[in-house]
Amino acid sequence: MESRSKYNDHALTRKLTFWEKLYLPEIVRGLATTFKHIFRPKFTRQYPEERWDPPASFRGRPVLVMEDNGVERCVACGLCSRVCPPLAIEVRASETELLKERYPVVFEINMLRCIFCGFCEEVCPEEAIIMSKDYELSFRDPAEGIYGKDKLLVPKAELKERLDYLAKMRN
Amino acid sequence: MIIEALIKIVIVLIVVLTAVSYLVLLERWVSAWIQDRVGPNRVGPLGLFQPLADTLKLLLKEDIEPLMAQKWFHWVAPVISITIAFSVLSVIPFGHNLTIAGRTIPLTIASNINIGVLLIVALTSIGVYGITLAGWSSGSKYSLLGGLRSSAQMISYELTLGLGLLSVVMLSGTLDLNGIIMSQASGLWNIIRAPIGFLLFFVSSFAETNRLPFDLPEAEPELVGGYHTEYSSMKFALFFLAEYANMIAASAVMTVLFFGGWHLPFIDRLGLPDLAMTLIGIAAFALKVIGLLFVFIWVRWSIPRFRYDQLMDLGWKVLLPLGIINIVLTAFEKIYLVH
Repeated sequence: MESRSKYNDHALTRKLTFWEKLYLPEIVRGLATTFKHIFRPKFTRQYPEERWDPPASFRGRPVLVMEDNGVERCVACGLCSRVCPPLAIEVRASETELLKERYPVVFEINMLRCIFCGFCEEVCPEEAIIMSKDYELSFRDPAEGIYGKDKLLVPKAELKERLDYLAKMRN
Repeated sequence: MIIEALIKIVIVLIVVLTAVSYLVLLERWVSAWIQDRVGPNRVGPLGLFQPLADTLKLLLKEDIEPLMAQKWFHWVAPVISITIAFSVLSVIPFGHNLTIAGRTIPLTIASNINIGVLLIVALTSIGVYGITLAGWSSGSKYSLLGGLRSSAQMISYELTLGLGLLSVVMLSGTLDLNGIIMSQASGLWNIIRAPIGFLLFFVSSFAETNRLPFDLPEAEPELVGGYHTEYSSMKFALFFLAEYANMIAASAVMTVLFFGGWHLPFIDRLGLPDLAMTLIGIAAFALKVIGLLFVFIWVRWSIPRFRYDQLMDLGWKVLLPLGIINIVLTAFEKIYLVH
């Protein structure tokens, strides 16, 4: 209560000094401030030429991790599809001769639905779907917005930063 | 004589129209710098072709006329605005007399007018009609409010404008703009001789050109676009042009009245040939005008908009009495200091 009355005192009942009442000196002070800003360094990033490299914690478009032998990590358990709030992920599973036994025949993310929440990454038991740094997405046709395995699979080496970050944060 | 005048008109029109489009670019640059941004730099080198792109865009826009509009007035209002903005420039001396092949050409379009100051005041009063008609004829409540505000504001501040001007006329003893420049050339610039007069003129010229902090006729948060809400395409462009042309005109008038026009102090002692003097004079005039235009832009991006009652209070209760007191002070100055 006391602090509130202090605030009111300051805002409403503070007496202006003579020079403040004259108004003009205060205008000149304001002009001086803006003039100083003309020579300050700029905040603008010249986007198409100067691209932003996001930190590892950035949640860009979700991708599937491709192991060094060219096979995806995903075992098609369907948890990501289950947890996805906007129902953007579709997984169809099948069997494989490999040690992991299962793999996705179809793995599609509708990027027009994806909200970049990262739940799929969080829920994935294999660390097979993770968020990348890619933030530049555009389509000419809604059909192009549905990313299949061809677009989703990214070699493990390219995702090292995010995988290290996840390892660090999860332990 | 007529051919000479026509040539001068064409040159001035071309120069001012180019200046207006680049003034828009300057405004965008300065606003960006003040806000720690870069500003337009995409179209052409350094963004210098931006005005061309803007003009092309405005030309290609659809010209929409509201159903409830008074068609004829809706059409004529922007024309009035732009005409008045440009006609003020007809009496401004851009430089000293230019002598080519034995012919002396005065660098004023209407060179034989000896009541330039009166003409300027008269023309700026007519300028109200453009905006008020635009507001009324659009058939929209926002436009109407903007138009009404502008008429009240411009009429109120015209008094102060006149009083600020009067002190200059008293000191110079003439209504001729060339005469005013000559009187400053032989003595001090009027900004030193009549600082209060300058302040009055300066503040009210912001109100007359509808610039921030006095841009209530087009206050976006309250009135959408104010008087030009219902305008689009080239008709909107004319209002846009008129605003910037008005700024140029106001800066030119201020340069002539208070900053010695094309005159630079101590330049006579260099003993340069006449032609060089004339060219330096034109350059000096242009530089002074550009400086004042920068101040116009600088103020716009520093000071927030006035509330309407504050605007009226300032005009009638502060500036008008100050103007009247200033007339008395100037009279004393004239009697005891100048003579």
